[in-house]
Amino acid sequence: MSRLKRLRGRVWAFFAKPVLDAELEAEFEAHLQLAVDEYMEHGMLPAEARRQALIDFGGIQQAREKQREARGLMHIDILLQDLKYTVRKLLRDPGFTAVAVLILTLGIGANIAVFSVVNTIMLRPLPFPNAHELVWIAPPPAKCGFSCATYSTDAYDEFRAGSRSYQDVTGYFAFSTPGNLRVSMGSGTPVSATSIDVIANFFQVLGVYPAMGRLLNTDDALNGAAPVIVLTDAWWRRQFAADPNIIGKSFDINGRQTTVVGVLPRAFDFGAVFSPGAKVDALTPLPLYGDPRNWGNIITFIGRMKPSVTLSQARQDAVVVAPKLCWNNRIPQTCGSYKTPVPVPLKDYVSGRLRHSLIVLWCAVGMILLIACVNLSNLLLARAAARSKEFAMRAALGAGRFRIVRQLLTESMVLSVAGALFGLILAALLLSWLSHQGAIALPLLSQLRIDRATLGWTLLTAIAAAVFFGMVPGFRIATGNLHEALKDSSAGSGQGRKHERLRSVLVISEVALACVLLVGAGLLLRSFLHVLDVDLGFQPERAAAIKVDDGALNPTFSVDEIQRRTVMYQQILSRVSTIPGVEAAGITDYLPLDRNRSWGLPFPKGVRRPENLTGGPLVYVVSPGYLRAMGTRLRGRDFTWDDRLQGEHVAIINQALARFLASYAHWPNANPIGQLLNGSGGDTRIVGVTDDVHAETVEGEAGWQIYYPSTQKVPAGTELVVRTTLPPGQLASSVLRTLRDLNPNQPAAEFKPISMLVDHANSPRRFFMILVGAFALLGLLLAALGIYGVISYSVTRRTQEIGIRMALGARAGLIQRQVLSQSLWLVAVGIAIGAVVSVAIAHLVASMLYATSPWDAATYCAIAAALFAVALVSGYLPARRASNISPLVALRSE
Amino acid sequence: MSDSRLDLLQGTLDLMVLQTLLAMGSLHGYGIARRIEQASGNQVLLNQGTIYASLVRLEQRGWIRSKWGTSDNNRKAKFYSITNTGKRQLAEDSRYWRRLTSVMERMFAMGPAGEVEPGDL
Repeated sequence: MSRLKRLRGRVWAFFAKPVLDAELEAEFEAHLQLAVDEYMEHGMLPAEARRQALIDFGGIQQAREKQREARGLMHIDILLQDLKYTVRKLLRDPGFTAVAVLILTLGIGANIAVFSVVNTIMLRPLPFPNAHELVWIAPPPAKCGFSCATYSTDAYDEFRAGSRSYQDVTGYFAFSTPGNLRVSMGSGTPVSATSIDVIANFFQVLGVYPAMGRLLNTDDALNGAAPVIVLTDAWWRRQFAADPNIIGKSFDINGRQTTVVGVLPRAFDFGAVFSPGAKVDALTPLPLYGDPRNWGNIITFIGRMKPSVTLSQARQDAVVVAPKLCWNNRIPQTCGSYKTPVPVPLKDYVSGRLRHSLIVLWCAVGMILLIACVNLSNLLLARAAARSKEFAMRAALGAGRFRIVRQLLTESMVLSVAGALFGLILAALLLSWLSHQGAIALPLLSQLRIDRATLGWTLLTAIAAAVFFGMVPGFRIATGNLHEALKDSSAGSGQGRKHERLRSVLVISEVALACVLLVGAGLLLRSFLHVLDVDLGFQPERAAAIKVDDGALNPTFSVDEIQRRTVMYQQILSRVSTIPGVEAAGITDYLPLDRNRSWGLPFPKGVRRPENLTGGPLVYVVSPGYLRAMGTRLRGRDFTWDDRLQGEHVAIINQALARFLASYAHWPNANPIGQLLNGSGGDTRIVGVTDDVHAETVEGEAGWQIYYPSTQKVPAGTELVVRTTLPPGQLASSVLRTLRDLNPNQPAAEFKPISMLVDHANSPRRFFMILVGAFALLGLLLAALGIYGVISYSVTRRTQEIGIRMALGARAGLIQRQVLSQSLWLVAVGIAIGAVVSVAIAHLVASMLYATSPWDAATYCAIAAALFAVALVSGYLPARRASNISPLVALRSE
Repeated sequence: MSDSRLDLLQGTLDLMVLQTLLAMGSLHGYGIARRIEQASGNQVLLNQGTIYASLVRLEQRGWIRSKWGTSDNNRKAKFYSITNTGKRQLAEDSRYWRRLTSVMERMFAMGPAGEVEPGDL
């Protein structure tokens, strides 16, 4: 017989109690009737027969109970009883219940939210089918930005054909700039949008299917194919009002009629996976055999491994294929020049860097739960102390000790479940807010939601918390002497003191935990302040940038194009400079901390170039005045409009590149200004040296950078940078109006403050700092509550003693000091333990810190001071109460 | 007199019920209780009411089934009968009991302890 079936029977029996009970009664009645009949047959009188039958039957109530126990879930019956009792009891003490549930809500809610973040970013596979097969294929990270992580179209073809480890390899154009689409719909002003060019098989490799229409196919990417576009779900809803008939409609995009062929599913978010914090509106095909062939390294590789292939096999495979890759098939010297690509799981590429931070965050939030539990233990203990008589009474009336402990555990379980429910609501609110924070550069945030794993985690946390904080008081009751409690009427007896000692231990551990959290948060905060203090090489305050429509999507070099742009840029800059409040204006093609690209390294003229030199400087093609608008310090001279195409070619380099080149060139005084460089485009004279600009990360070392004038090289795009004396927001409309005057096609692009770029780059650090900081403050609050609770309880317990002492002449000040010193003592011990633990585990956060030692003395001291201050405050209230005790009242109260 | 009656070992009642049903076919609770009393020669200390816990247990395990019916003297009562699984279970259990009793007998036959009178225990 299967257990399951039996269980089903039992569960059924539990719910069908009235029916089954009635049936049992009928059966009993039949039984007695039959017995009576038999006795009467033997000549007994009815009354006597009935009496005898009842004797034979035994205790009816017992039989009933036994049968019920045999048939059903006796435990649940008891549990229900306990539950009913507990709820009644809790509702009678709403203050305690509210505080307990609030503490648990915060503790469990924070845990749910953080688990969801950790689960989404770190634990859950990427939102693609068989995501474990997907790999990111790139050489090991180098200093030259995206250009060193990308490949040419020829290399892509070769890699795809030559590798045997993959079902297929795809990629996307890594250098799309935000707002690269100018979409004209009807007669209105064009809107600006962002699209990413992807290789036609992109969606097949990722396993993404259209929500509507179709995605891209190879024909779309052929030269001369009719332009098509695939919309993301978000853009389709926002810009096209979720038009159900959008498929087949066409719009003027960057001057070409482009047909919408499909809409992506809601679950696909390009930015969330590949470019956190960026908003991508549409995807367009990358024509592999058209212009992009001449653009150099532009494609990132993403591969889907064959199911049977392991990562190390794919790596081996890449080693074999790498030498065959050519930068350009027509230039044989470029073959074999690529560093060997290393496939890493796409998941690691997306979230690997965050792993450590996430684990720290998880630990922090776990500690919050721990503190919450200790706090509740404390509260329950105080309650249990107050109720010890009730328990003793129940024990005396025959309740088993186990039954009483179970009652206590039920109570903690009820509290915990209530906390978990409210916590779930809190977490859901938090998550829905977080998932709409597009500006936080953390991957997959938009995928945050309460899923099954999160619910499971909630349940687990709730149960663990209930057991944890219910255990201490439960254990206390189970081991305590109940009869003692019945006698123990005066508050000063041994039982009370024992309670107090245990509660002190709890408070000390609370303070210690809070101390560890605060130290962690303090260190992160200090790092963050250091990061904000970093000299970025430019001044983000009061500067803003706007993308300008320059009439060319992917410009190639020509004399006409240079001349056209020079005229256009001069016009724009002279007009914009006259706007009141504009201090300086300039144009660049790439902004720091945004996208970037690098070109080959030019070398000092006449100096032999070492063989093994790899990588190149980040390149910025800028107009005169750009460096001043950005606030980048410059030694030497800026470009001028007189640096003509026909004249001498000039460049400005940064200090890092200057130092590097000087180490080869033996320039007089190592001064590069005035020296000649020799690159693929002929000789270039260095006219200036700039500060190192933090172009890729705020805290990382800056790499090589080189600036070329827009009058001699073609910029890849046009970003107008404006430095103002007013808040940038106030200028937005006048700058846009000026641009519109000059070019009616100018879309309503975003006027984004440069400080936003910095904020964006710092957003992960800020995210973790704020979260850990919030947890630390919560921990501090809970610890303060704990201290207050214990001291205040001890004052109440000693009311009589204090009264006597005051009657004997003790002054109020002395009493106050004594009570205060008691709370300081608790905190001192807690801090000591917390500090030792912090020192021991501080190295765990070391990798998240910037220019801050994990054993930073200032932080430790500040935290200790803060905790003492909190102890003073939370000890002061009970101390004042103690000193206000009137001896008369205190003595009379007994 | 009741002092010398046998207390039922855990599980024996279930077995007795099964055996009774196997021997008698369909029977109501009272009938089963009476049969057990008679078969044991009134040696078993049985509160008749306790049989119902046993019956519900056996029924949940699927070893017996029940149906309301009418007794010989026209009383409505619930009649129990043994199922095939019940029969198999009974065969197994009785085998076990026989082995156990034979082992116990051999143990008691082993030496001086076996000669102690039950009354002295």
